[in-house]
Amino acid sequence: MSGFARRSAAALADPVRHENVRRFSERAHDHRTESVARVDFEALRDAGERIRSRSVAEMPALIDEFQANLERAGAIVHRAPTGADAADYISGVVARHGREVVKGKSMAAEEIGLNERLAADGVDVVETDLGEFIVQTAGEPPEHIIIPAIHKSRADVRALFEPLAGHPIGDEPAALADFARAHLRERFLRAPVGITGVNFGVAETGTVVIVENEGNGRMCSGVPNVHIAVMGMERVVPRLADLGTLLPLLVRSGTGQKITSYVSMIGGPRRGDEADGPDELHVVILDNGRTRVRETEYAPVLRCIRCGACQNVCPVYRHIGGTAYGWVYGGPIGAVLSPLLHPQGGLDELSQASSLCAACDDVCPVRIPLHDLLIGLRRDRARTSAGAMEKLAFRLWSLAWSRPWLYRASTRAARRIPVKRGQTPFIHTPVIGRWLRTRDVVVKR
Amino acid sequence: MTAMIGLFSTCLGDAVHPRVVRDARRVLEAAGASPAPIAGATCCGQPAWNGGFVADARRVARRTLRAVAELDAVVVPSGSCAAMMRLHWTQLFAGDRDAALAARVGPRVFELSQYLVEELGAPPIGSHTGRAVAYHDSCHMLRELRLHDPPRRLLSAVADLHELPRSDRCCGFGGAFAVRYPDVSTAMADDKLATAQAAGAETVVSADPGCIMHIEGRASRTGAPVRVVHLASVLADAL
Repeated sequence: MSGFARRSAAALADPVRHENVRRFSERAHDHRTESVARVDFEALRDAGERIRSRSVAEMPALIDEFQANLERAGAIVHRAPTGADAADYISGVVARHGREVVKGKSMAAEEIGLNERLAADGVDVVETDLGEFIVQTAGEPPEHIIIPAIHKSRADVRALFEPLAGHPIGDEPAALADFARAHLRERFLRAPVGITGVNFGVAETGTVVIVENEGNGRMCSGVPNVHIAVMGMERVVPRLADLGTLLPLLVRSGTGQKITSYVSMIGGPRRGDEADGPDELHVVILDNGRTRVRETEYAPVLRCIRCGACQNVCPVYRHIGGTAYGWVYGGPIGAVLSPLLHPQGGLDELSQASSLCAACDDVCPVRIPLHDLLIGLRRDRARTSAGAMEKLAFRLWSLAWSRPWLYRASTRAARRIPVKRGQTPFIHTPVIGRWLRTRDVVVKR
Repeated sequence: MTAMIGLFSTCLGDAVHPRVVRDARRVLEAAGASPAPIAGATCCGQPAWNGGFVADARRVARRTLRAVAELDAVVVPSGSCAAMMRLHWTQLFAGDRDAALAARVGPRVFELSQYLVEELGAPPIGSHTGRAVAYHDSCHMLRELRLHDPPRRLLSAVADLHELPRSDRCCGFGGAFAVRYPDVSTAMADDKLATAQAAGAETVVSADPGCIMHIEGRASRTGAPVRVVHLASVLADAL
């Protein structure tokens, strides 16, 4: 069994998890559908596609501009070519300031395995986004780009939180959130270092933009003495005015809101006359394969603004969640992005983990042609890592079906094969057997 | 001079659903067209194209492309094959000696309901039977050919058409996907059947043999009381 087959079968075998992912991804998709119907969303998508295409096309120059503007404002910018380099740098900064970190959501930090690295350094990192806090407590990676604990029920969360609390909490969402809030508040006030992700980096102004609903991102970036922002380098955008397009695209696609409760725009560390903010702001710009991907036919995937809409609409994702895809990113975006960013990960098969239904293409706020990119990756795989038997099977099939008489003979023979359960020896063959394990073939004569 | 129209039977039509091909022919004839079988055609090449095996896809598709070269219209009782021929053959044959032919043939390929509604102006086909049906939007029909209304227009003329909740959600067939990842694929078929049953739909209609084979094959295995019927058969039954 392949890795994806094994992981997806394991996910399907847990009925509670299956039902939670189905219900909550469907709800998020419905919220998106209602939200985008209230505006001229197609015009917004056109504008978003233009902005993000330009961002990718001009990425090197925009990153230079972004860095220069941040440095002028007193921030320290580090460009990390690899995940390991980013982890080393962040580990060094944290070590100079203490052993406690409060952390906001960041998929880039997941990419570089930051929590594991800091834990190995003996640093106590606490996730402060509620969903991330839940999965961290469970010892799991996030299951969804913006809904990390999408697979957890209230009862699951209660079972995770009560041992931490040392007293009963119950399973009312408000009570569970109150516990997390009180628990995390102490940590915000104590931690010398806060780490966050970055939704957008504005080149023209050197602005770090963080989009969230719980206020934890603002706390992580504003309360500790040191703020480290980790940004995938493709998240740079040319102008501040572009946010007028990108924020509604991101938020309506992700949660269905008009705008999130918090949008932080950070222009540098605390200045002398300011009461709040960190004394040090580090911005870590993570390449980790992005420059390489930008040179390929897959460059459009770098437009992604991490809204999660393709995960919510995906008929495959809804049954298995994100971790079944085997690396940081799940769903359609993960099937394309993960093998590109992590080529040594044995993730080539992810391009096959799709029924090619193209529902993702229709919701992507920046019109990434995910369906075409998946087929492109399948072409690459057919030339390289596909098994010899698979290559031979397609060759033999094409030799047979390019001959009309062989085509006629084989389709006529197929009609006569008994293909109901208990009637067929074919259950033991590799391809037909995998169909017949769960399905009959009903012939319409 | 009358237009030369071919009915492309498709591989699933030939191997699993020969009745659907006969029904499509009867419907086209009732609509005033006289489709001929296409000598020498085999398959559209989609299985290999979707698998990434371009040379193998070309070898098979070239046979069919040349077989339909002289036709004025190619009618296909499968949204998925029609999308392959109409939209993806130009990509498949890009830079190939048959590139110009593929570009010329593409716009002459029509999915069955597309041909009946957009080319023939939706002529009356049979009479209203009072039969209750729910329509399943197949992926390539809806999101590649963008055919939402034509099958509904034809169906509502001969049956009581009910909307299937989330009719646009994939049934889990996906060609090789169904045998590569049978657990996920089957869960998707179960989703579709559960939705149909919750909506009280006893007959689900689709314009794609792949979806029909998948949803019906799963219903047959689980005993779910859902019939899955091709659009052409519903129309032919009303003649």
